Amino acid sequence: MVPEQALLETQAPVEMITVVIDGFEVSVPKGTLVIRAAEKLGIQIPRFCDHPLLDPAGACRQCLVDIEINGRAFPKPQASCTIPVENNMIVKTQLTSPVAEKAQAGIMEFLLINHPLDCPVCDKGGECPLQNQAMSNGRPDSRYEGVKRTFEKPVPISTQVLLDRERCVLCARCTRFSEQIAGDPFITLNERGALQQVGIYAEDPFESYYSGNTVQICPVGALTGASYRFRARPFDLVSVDSACEHCASGCAMRTDIRRGKTLRRLAGDDSSVNEEWNCDKGRWAFKYLTSRERVTSPMIRGEDGELHEASWPEAIAFAASGLKGKRAGVLVGGRATVEDAYGYSKFARVALGTNDIDFRSRPHSDEESSFLTSVALGLKTTYKDIDKADKVVLLGFEPEEESPIVFLRIYKQVRKRALAVISDAPFASRGSQKLNAELVTEISTISGLTAKSVILVGERLAEKSGALSSALALAEKSGAKLAWIPRRAGERGALSSGAIATLLPGGRPVSEPSARVDVAAAWSVDSLPSNPGRSTSEILLALSVNNLDAVVIGGVDPLDISNEALTQLLNSFVVSLEISHSSVTAIADVVLPVAAVVEKSGSFQDWQGSVRAFDKAIADSLSRSDVRILSMIADEMGSPINLPTVSATAREIAALGLWDGSVSAFEKAATEKSAIPEGKLNLTSWRLLLDLGTLQDGEANLAGTARKASAHISATRAEKLGVKTGEEISISSDLGAIKLPVTISDMSDQAIWVPRNSIGSQVIANLGFVTGPVTVVKA
Amino acid sequence: MDNPLTPRSNDLGLTAASKANTPIENQDAKSFFAQLQGFWVTFITMFKKVNTVEYPEVKEPTAERFHGRHQLNRYEDGLEKCIGCELCAWACPADAILVEGESNTEEARFSPGERYGKVYQINYLRCVFCGLCIEACPTRALTMTNEYELADDSRKKLIFEKEDLLAPLKSGMLQPPHPMAEGKTHIDYYRGEIKGGSNG
Ligand code: SF4
Ligand code: SF4
Ligand code: SF4
Ligand code: SF4
Ligand code: FES
Repeated sequence: MVPEQALLETQAPVEMITVVIDGFEVSVPKGTLVIRAAEKLGIQIPRFCDHPLLDPAGACRQCLVDIEINGRAFPKPQASCTIPVENNMIVKTQLTSPVAEKAQAGIMEFLLINHPLDCPVCDKGGECPLQNQAMSNGRPDSRYEGVKRTFEKPVPISTQVLLDRERCVLCARCTRFSEQIAGDPFITLNERGALQQVGIYAEDPFESYYSGNTVQICPVGALTGASYRFRARPFDLVSVDSACEHCASGCAMRTDIRRGKTLRRLAGDDSSVNEEWNCDKGRWAFKYLTSRERVTSPMIRGEDGELHEASWPEAIAFAASGLKGKRAGVLVGGRATVEDAYGYSKFARVALGTNDIDFRSRPHSDEESSFLTSVALGLKTTYKDIDKADKVVLLGFEPEEESPIVFLRIYKQVRKRALAVISDAPFASRGSQKLNAELVTEISTISGLTAKSVILVGERLAEKSGALSSALALAEKSGAKLAWIPRRAGERGALSSGAIATLLPGGRPVSEPSARVDVAAAWSVDSLPSNPGRSTSEILLALSVNNLDAVVIGGVDPLDISNEALTQLLNSFVVSLEISHSSVTAIADVVLPVAAVVEKSGSFQDWQGSVRAFDKAIADSLSRSDVRILSMIADEMGSPINLPTVSATAREIAALGLWDGSVSAFEKAATEKSAIPEGKLNLTSWRLLLDLGTLQDGEANLAGTARKASAHISATRAEKLGVKTGEEISISSDLGAIKLPVTISDMSDQAIWVPRNSIGSQVIANLGFVTGPVTVVKA
Repeated sequence: MDNPLTPRSNDLGLTAASKANTPIENQDAKSFFAQLQGFWVTFITMFKKVNTVEYPEVKEPTAERFHGRHQLNRYEDGLEKCIGCELCAWACPADAILVEGESNTEEARFSPGERYGKVYQINYLRCVFCGLCIEACPTRALTMTNEYELADDSRKKLIFEKEDLLAPLKSGMLQPPHPMAEGKTHIDYYRGEIKGGSNG
């Protein structure tokens, strides 16, 4: 509840105020709204526009109550959602005041005059505050005999949100959310009187990454999601609390299942993480499970070079024989849960006897390995630190695209108290503009940070040699708090589970003999490998030159790593643990089907390192989690890892605990000034939130709101190239070229930015790298 | 048993049985007349008209409002009345109905308006023929026929699908999907202003 939250946040002693509501006394902090003080007593005042996380609006007038202060009564009933409590206030709600009751019934009658009889075809039916409150606080029957106002419906306000204007009660929740929380005021209330309606600006479509939240908070069925429309009634759904698998923000979610299928996902309520919001990707990208051809049974590549279905024992035995006694590595995808990552880590060390394991299926560097080994797990920064920060620095990190809830938290403070934001981005993206970020080109030039400042480092900082070192130096010099925010949901958990060459589970350094002894004892093995392991790119290289014979791959898209990654795999024995058929299963020797998030239990760790556990949503699914399959292979290989279930794994992780010994010092890397050859531009890129990512497969409505790919260049450069906004340029490397329309931004004349994995702009596949010199010409 | 909540299972019905064994009173000669009277009724009945019929050779019509098998009705041009709202499923006390809605599209329209029932099943092993679903239906899509012959030899056959429940096409009706009548909206349909064969 908000009063408590307010208490926590301010920390100063709070003045308490005592009011009498319906004859009961209640003490609440000063500033509490009457409607919330009543909630504390368990008295429910009907409401539509009131929302604890939005500024009060008093738009719907449904919450009218009688108020009297110091013995003087207000002449008319007042909106309890806009009036803060005061000393000597006496409130009478509909329960004790016939006047308030009549006023509320009157407002309800007004709201229903033009409200359509849509309940049978309305998605909200069955969970509709208007239905419920019309029953509890309205008149028993209608006196209206006129013709209702009608509008054309539904109006698509984006490909994923539909508006039925007749059903709108003009509460302004959606518009307030867009403006106050998301900072995307694309949606407003137009016209006045009976014709007042929600509308969008014609020139600016409602392309917000957070639009799904308006559907969730609309108190009626006026805003509906295109993909859930007409799919179910609330009583059909089995709701399961879950965690989002799409990014490291760590949103709490609710998954609604009907007959073994996910029908919708809603933002869960976790005030310390996502408050009550989430992003559209988390809300709507869940069809990847059914969109591609699912791997339904284990498969083995036969003599004929084709994959054939096999029984589990056969496939496990085949995988085990291909791995036993061989030099093998492990690549863990970013979708792994903590338990699965732990399974891969233990499998590599115990069954394969190697440290060749890495969870980074993206560009990475040795400097980053050192950062992850020595620094990342010790960082204790949280969302709360952002709330209290005096400055936020974004390095290699574009929060709106790469961790949307982090963006919302920063934006909240920017809006509330003009929090200063500094970013090292090459140009002011939409997100940076909303945060009013000051752009810097060199990390070393950032100054004025204090111990209350927060430096948020993204995974992309690893792409610039020396940048992580400078970020660390900056944090050390100023005492500012540092946080590492990877893009994928699984990476933080994989790091703490030791799915990386240099670390064992719990952050124990492989290089530390006592740590190895510790873990070996816990795992009941004689010893653990001590030779230094390889990183993802080194593993791939070793595979291609036959320094390694085999590899176990869990959900990796080779094109996220490099252009040649897939061909590097061709000569080795590949064991693929996959949900759906992919480019890796096409070349794998053994394919083992694994469970998707809704089909298994487990947990992720968000960027703060807190555990986001979730349960199996589809209760009768037979699919197995990765860790169970790895355990079966290890058994077959004769070096068991004893992780038969997810819960057994979780218990083992908890028993093992965290490393409290010393860690090796971070190895600084020199800042490399890569000179851009004459006549070339320096390309940078990042992924947009909505792009061609595998986990967004099969959701066309969502894809429709993705930002269109365009190349950003400076005005001078555009002039030199002879192009105007919207005209196409061609960007090429030795490998290939992409053609994109131009957007002119305030940026260096030597720089060009393109989205990393959007339609028409797949940088790794088309150009072969994510940063570097490119040739740009008018197309 | 003082406490009415004490389970009676250990009683095994013995109390009732021993009561049944007590000798019946009034068995003396005085009641012989009364017995004769009873046999007289039996005798006379042999000469009265019988009320039963030789089912299944002979079938009597049911009462007009007899609750029999359900039917999903159509508009006069063949479009379905069901909008897939699930209100019938909601009202059903036996949880016998399953509905899944879907959007009508320009290419494939099954009912007027935006929404139609894509999946519609009634499980006659569960249905208690209470008719609450009929009362719930906002479009009069669901009504009950007088058909009562609902016995079969497998559970599966007793789960009726939408095809089994849809009213037959009468003359002038067209098998959906097809567009709404020229120039008409769903409102005209709800008002009953559609006459058959508008498309045919
Ligand atoms: S918003 Fe609520 S009251 Fe209005 S039509 Fe939908 S379910 Fe019915
Ligand atoms: S669309 Fe919904 S949230 Fe927006 S003003 Fe109307 S009723 Fe409120
Ligand atoms: S912000 Fe991240 S965790 Fe939250 S819903 Fe979106 S993708 Fe999921
Ligand atoms: S039969 Fe009637 S109540 Fe049932 S889903 Fe169809 S329209 Fe709704
Ligand atoms: S809830 Fe108070 S005016 Fe809407």
